[in-house]
Amino acid sequence: MADGGVRTAPVARAAPVSPAVPAGTSAQVIGWLLLLPAMVLLVAFTHWPALATAWHSLFSTPKGARPARFVGLENYELMLEDDVFWQALWNNLWFALGTIPTSIAIALAMALWVNGRLAGRGFLRMAYFTPTVLPMIAVANIWLFFYTPQYGLLEQVTGALGFPSHNWLGDRSTVLGATMVVAIWKEAGFFMIFYLAALQQISPTLAEAAALEGASRWQYFRRVLFPLLMPTTLFVLINALINSVRMVDHIFVMTRGGPDNASALLLYYIYQVGFSFWDSAYAAALTVVVLAILGLTAFVKFRFLDQRTHYQ
Amino acid sequence: MIRRTLLQALAAAALMAALPAAHAQKQVELSFYYPVAVGGPVTKTIDRMAADFEKENPDIKIKPVYAGTYQESIVKVLTAFKSGQPPHLAVLLSTDMFTLIDEGAIVPIDSLATSADDKQWLSGFFDSFMMNSRTGGKTWGVPFQRSTIVLYWNKELFEEAGLDPDKAPATWDEMVEFAKKLTKTDASGKVTLWGVKIPSSGFPYWLFQGLTTPNGALLMNEAGNETYFDKPEVVEALQYWVDLSAKHKVMPGGVIEWGTTPKDFFERTAAMIWTTTGNLTNIRTNAGFPFGVAMLPAKKQRGSPTGGGNFYVFEKTSDEEKQAALKFIKWATAPERAAQWSIATGYVAVTPAAWETPAMKKYVEEVPQATVARDQLEFSVAELSTHENQRVTKALNDGLQAALTGAKAPEAALKDAQREADRILRSYR
Repeated sequence: MADGGVRTAPVARAAPVSPAVPAGTSAQVIGWLLLLPAMVLLVAFTHWPALATAWHSLFSTPKGARPARFVGLENYELMLEDDVFWQALWNNLWFALGTIPTSIAIALAMALWVNGRLAGRGFLRMAYFTPTVLPMIAVANIWLFFYTPQYGLLEQVTGALGFPSHNWLGDRSTVLGATMVVAIWKEAGFFMIFYLAALQQISPTLAEAAALEGASRWQYFRRVLFPLLMPTTLFVLINALINSVRMVDHIFVMTRGGPDNASALLLYYIYQVGFSFWDSAYAAALTVVVLAILGLTAFVKFRFLDQRTHYQ
Repeated sequence: MIRRTLLQALAAAALMAALPAAHAQKQVELSFYYPVAVGGPVTKTIDRMAADFEKENPDIKIKPVYAGTYQESIVKVLTAFKSGQPPHLAVLLSTDMFTLIDEGAIVPIDSLATSADDKQWLSGFFDSFMMNSRTGGKTWGVPFQRSTIVLYWNKELFEEAGLDPDKAPATWDEMVEFAKKLTKTDASGKVTLWGVKIPSSGFPYWLFQGLTTPNGALLMNEAGNETYFDKPEVVEALQYWVDLSAKHKVMPGGVIEWGTTPKDFFERTAAMIWTTTGNLTNIRTNAGFPFGVAMLPAKKQRGSPTGGGNFYVFEKTSDEEKQAALKFIKWATAPERAAQWSIATGYVAVTPAAWETPAMKKYVEEVPQATVARDQLEFSVAELSTHENQRVTKALNDGLQAALTGAKAPEAALKDAQREADRILRSYR
């Protein structure tokens, strides 16, 4: 419906000229006002929940008619005796140690590989990035069948090579490793994108200069490329650390923490305590511990690694 | 002109808003949370049920809400309850009963079903399904989608092994004997076909009850505050389970994934499997060979746990809404509906009367295997359910998996599980 009158109507009542900022308003207030939207979000969804969690961890879990009462550090004392917590903590440590360096190394290798001039580069990049795009739940369901004894993909390959059959997810000694492989496969492509972006920023004149000086390719990588990639590595390292604690979707689908907690990770255990056992106070205490560990690690990383990182 | 259109639109909107409001005074709206735990178009079936019910009861409106798996559903229901807006009714695991009671979330059904007609309806269910629905002299849940464990066997592989294809193992010894004949090894010594698979991932305690019940052991008391994990019969049952792989080599070692077990059966890498009756439709569609369904083999007696979901009615709702919820539950569990639900999903029809309906009789003629689960009900016991249910269950699950992976001896594993359960349940005694 083309009705000129309607369209012009609001224009006729155009907004009055907005008053200029009063000269007396200090830059301080404007600064805070500009910060406000971001701060509201941060406080509402990050700082307040963290503080509330710490506060709740000092109370007992309310149940039916029994309200929460102050118990001090009882939940933390409980944790010291909780074997499953310790196992989950150790598992998580191994999980982090197993996934972080490997996925970073693979990401870097892949980035160097697809950064060069080669045929089908776009296709390769896409192939490496695909695991990142897929939802973890779907991925875990696929991998579940990869690991299936006897007719799973892995078994078919090892079987063709003459290795004996193995129940990867049903054996305490291999289950954690099996879940690590899934995590690495999922993450490496994601980290590759960051390395690829960083590599494209590096001026080709550096390579030429290094070549003129007679540096080998390894020397060029070791002395020029890698130090220049350090800011990216730091960023990726932090992300990988967060992911190693955060990524538990595949545990739900593939093992549910079993057999006998051999693949229980901290966040999965927190979920279990919070939403299967409905012990929200203890879950809060566990969360505080995870938060403390993560905070400490991030602090150490920024404090010490940042000093050795060269920003352009 | 614009203004007139706008006014008309406004008037229409006001009218539309006013209409349901006027209507709502005599109409009760119920929200109904339900999980989906088996394959098939369950959501469609539930929506159709709600629509059919509304047609017969125009004063009640049912709003079905798909809430995910059983685990996700109870999380959603309890979170909603704690925020003051619970669903009016929900289908949740029968074993969640104690958790829901402890949270003060549910209403005893017998406090709502007070008329003679109601009482007769409530007494019409299979007794073994009611075991997980009653405690402390009250009924808290109404059986709806219930199942038991049965044994499926591949008739072709039985024939190849020189066994009678129409005869399933009836005892523990027979199962080992059959499984030994069925297990096949290739030239390199690698097993290509396992005699039997009893899954042990996720909820091994349930499958384990398929071994303890035939051995005459119960795992907990009716009050749900005591467990008997370290009784000799229970240890013996676990020893048998462990021996299937460790001693007799007829079952793969380690933990066997629940989710891939039916697939193992289709792929002919397992000749016999234990799984829920709820998988009947799945196996019927996907098995490319004749198969049989049998009760679990006996030791001292036959036996299996029941499983699956019950209807619950929630607190923090008005009396009128609670009565409306009861009306829907009664309607949904009436013989014809129960039969219809059982045929559509593979769950066991929950009342003897449902099995007498023409629709069910016709189904049984087509799928005679469906009756096995019903006949097994006579020997069935309640699924493991206690206060702090998931925590106690986890203690047992961890112990079972430790034994099956060879980390602990059966007796030590069960002693540890019992000690943990005692610690958790102490405050409920």
